[in-house]
Amino acid sequence: MLRYLQAGSLANAAEAIQAHATAEIVAGGTDLLQRLEENVLPPALLVDITAVEELRGIEVDGAMVRLGALARLSEVIDDPVMQTDFPVIVEALSATASPQVRNLATVGGNPLQKTRCLYFRDRTSPCNKREPGTGCSALGGRNRLNAILGGSERCIATHASDFAVAMAAVDATVVVGSAEGERTLPFTELHRLPGDTPEKETNLEPGEIIKGYVLQRSALARRSHYLKVRDRAEFEWAIASAAVALDLDDDERIDGARVAVGGVATKPWRLAQVEAALEGRKAEPGVFAAAAALSAEGAVPHGDNAFKLELLPRTVGRALHELKEQV
Amino acid sequence: MREHPEAANDRPVEPDAPTAVLGPAETIDITLTVNQHSYALEVDARTTLLDALRDRLQLTGTKKGCALGQCGACTVLMDGKRVNACLVLAVMAAGRRITTIEGLQGADGALHPLQEAFIANDAFQCGYCTPGQIMSGVACIEEGHAGSADEIRRWMSGNICRCGAYSNIVQAIDDVAREGP
Repeated sequence: MLRYLQAGSLANAAEAIQAHATAEIVAGGTDLLQRLEENVLPPALLVDITAVEELRGIEVDGAMVRLGALARLSEVIDDPVMQTDFPVIVEALSATASPQVRNLATVGGNPLQKTRCLYFRDRTSPCNKREPGTGCSALGGRNRLNAILGGSERCIATHASDFAVAMAAVDATVVVGSAEGERTLPFTELHRLPGDTPEKETNLEPGEIIKGYVLQRSALARRSHYLKVRDRAEFEWAIASAAVALDLDDDERIDGARVAVGGVATKPWRLAQVEAALEGRKAEPGVFAAAAALSAEGAVPHGDNAFKLELLPRTVGRALHELKEQV
Repeated sequence: MREHPEAANDRPVEPDAPTAVLGPAETIDITLTVNQHSYALEVDARTTLLDALRDRLQLTGTKKGCALGQCGACTVLMDGKRVNACLVLAVMAAGRRITTIEGLQGADGALHPLQEAFIANDAFQCGYCTPGQIMSGVACIEEGHAGSADEIRRWMSGNICRCGAYSNIVQAIDDVAREGP
């Protein structure tokens, strides 16, 4: 029997999920209801936070923008400040799911969505993430969608969020609340590598809830772009994606670069070696190509997904090129 | 914390609302507002808006395809915005303004212009996806996302037609978008 509670405040919600191991927060519900329908890690208690006022809205405060966890994806896409100051986020969200889903899904829930690995979603297959210790069916199985970066012997499931890749690129901060209070962490530290415990996906402690995010407005974030490569033009998961941001000086020299990739890694993945190869150099095709060529450094292919070794550098290179063309 | 979702009808909830004792909510009394009518019903927590509409209110115009938010056959408007009714819990739709295909016609019973355009363009074959296509199309036009055939295709990507009537669906939406409201 599934139980339902409507939280009147963040503290109420935090208490409820801390007290019940099988409780889950529900807001947009777009991933959770799919799991309920398919019986994939269904919670026993739903804690509805949609009435918690303090988690709503998009607030511009000088050099900062605060995104409330309950902001719908469509709300962020339509926000004029987000459009001018964080194109990479707006483009990533616009390339996410369908218009119907974007009207429901929230930015708080999106980075916490579960993987689309075929075997995680299929209750009849062994899966270390869904049922620890049963084995990974994707290793040596149908793994076209799976990761070439950040995997382990236990799990190569890709993190599916486009938004999370963009947030990693712009150095967003996550604001986390609990019954005890509030703390912040860099967005890049929200997710964990699978390692030996693929079932533990984030660094959130029991009873902690994402309240929202803080974004710093900057020249870097204003010149940013998201490129998503997928098997059909719309409403499909990434097989590779790149979030890129460049800060250029008057001579088109790269003062700062951010590159994060999706569809290829077990968590939103920053490519420090590509950023380093861009910074201090001129924003021109040869530099982009040389930097992008480093994208798949350290990648481990697994059969069906080996094509990503070539697709990933091409995706990063094209994203940088398109960004430059836009300016 | 309230266990009883009637609170959904008078959102927002007071931040200092008392914490209720956690207990099994086997059934929950809710009021759904659908096509400007209020319906009181008792649901269990996992009942989706889609199942409540079809099985409890006999509003079977909204179709159940995949039940996973992937096909769009169950598209309805919630507070004027298109959503997949299969991805909304009935208890969380309480107090929201729901519009289904049955609520689209005018007070005089006249079909909505997009319904007329679907007929004029023969924008279906089996018809199963049609209510979802029309609800999504109405929203697509209202959102201002029907400026060209390409834009319509992009913004109608949440609705699948297995018969492949896409070209006529796009034409029907384009016709109505050009005529204006």
